[in-house]
Amino acid sequence: MSGYVRALDLVTRVRGVRGAMLVSATDGLVVAEQLMEGIKGPAVAALAGSLANRLSRAMAAGGIGAALFWHLQCTEGALLVVPAPSGVLIVAVAETEVNVGLVRLELLRAAELVG
Amino acid sequence: MTTRAVETWTLDPLKQFVGEAAARLVLLMTPAGQVLAQHGFARALDVMSAAALSSAIVASTTEIARQLGEPPFAALTHQGERHGIFLANAPTHQGMVVVLVVYDLDVSSIGLVQLFFEQLRTELHAASPKTGVPKQVLAADFERQLSDSLDTLFGR
Repeated sequence: MSGYVRALDLVTRVRGVRGAMLVSATDGLVVAEQLMEGIKGPAVAALAGSLANRLSRAMAAGGIGAALFWHLQCTEGALLVVPAPSGVLIVAVAETEVNVGLVRLELLRAAELVG
Repeated sequence: MTTRAVETWTLDPLKQFVGEAAARLVLLMTPAGQVLAQHGFARALDVMSAAALSSAIVASTTEIARQLGEPPFAALTHQGERHGIFLANAPTHQGMVVVLVVYDLDVSSIGLVQLFFEQLRTELHAASPKTGVPKQVLAADFERQLSDSLDTLFGR
């Protein structure tokens, strides 16, 4: 579990990140989370899992391989996701002005830790 | 896929749940196995079997919980190779409603089903009539009631 905590710490320490989660991609369930108050963890996890499932099928249909990183920019924030090889999604919920490059880097490092 | 209800107040919450959770089959029933509404079932026999088996699971797990001195289970999930099964209770003004959900693993997930089930619980509670005592099915009326319910559920 401490490995998961370290992985989440990498992401949440970036300025503008409001929370980080490890989500089981197939189930859409929360494995571990560090979220600011007001963020609905189970809802983010369920919808991220569902999105991962649909995106992977779309990418397979398009013949463009597996997803490595997604960035969903919304009006009041952003959702950034890196799938780890173990089937866990590393999810960051961030503010609109966040440094996306830095979050991506930390998500990739967290994915390596999670395995 | 058809969605039909014997108790009409269950219909809108059920339709919304089916749409959002992408469920394949849903059955709403009393803990005794009396069907209130269904989505996706094609045959009356399947509904009767699913209702009987679900109410048996609820009865046996509730009894296990009682013997262990625990409150009744909140939800029970089973993940198969292609389908998942979710069984849980929803309290309403008309008594407890047992909800059975079967979902395809490549279309939905347990996370989605759990998420939207919380919404379904809230909506069923809000939609259930506050007045009136839930109908008790007497042994003498059982067959006729069952037949009427199946006619409604399958539009016969």
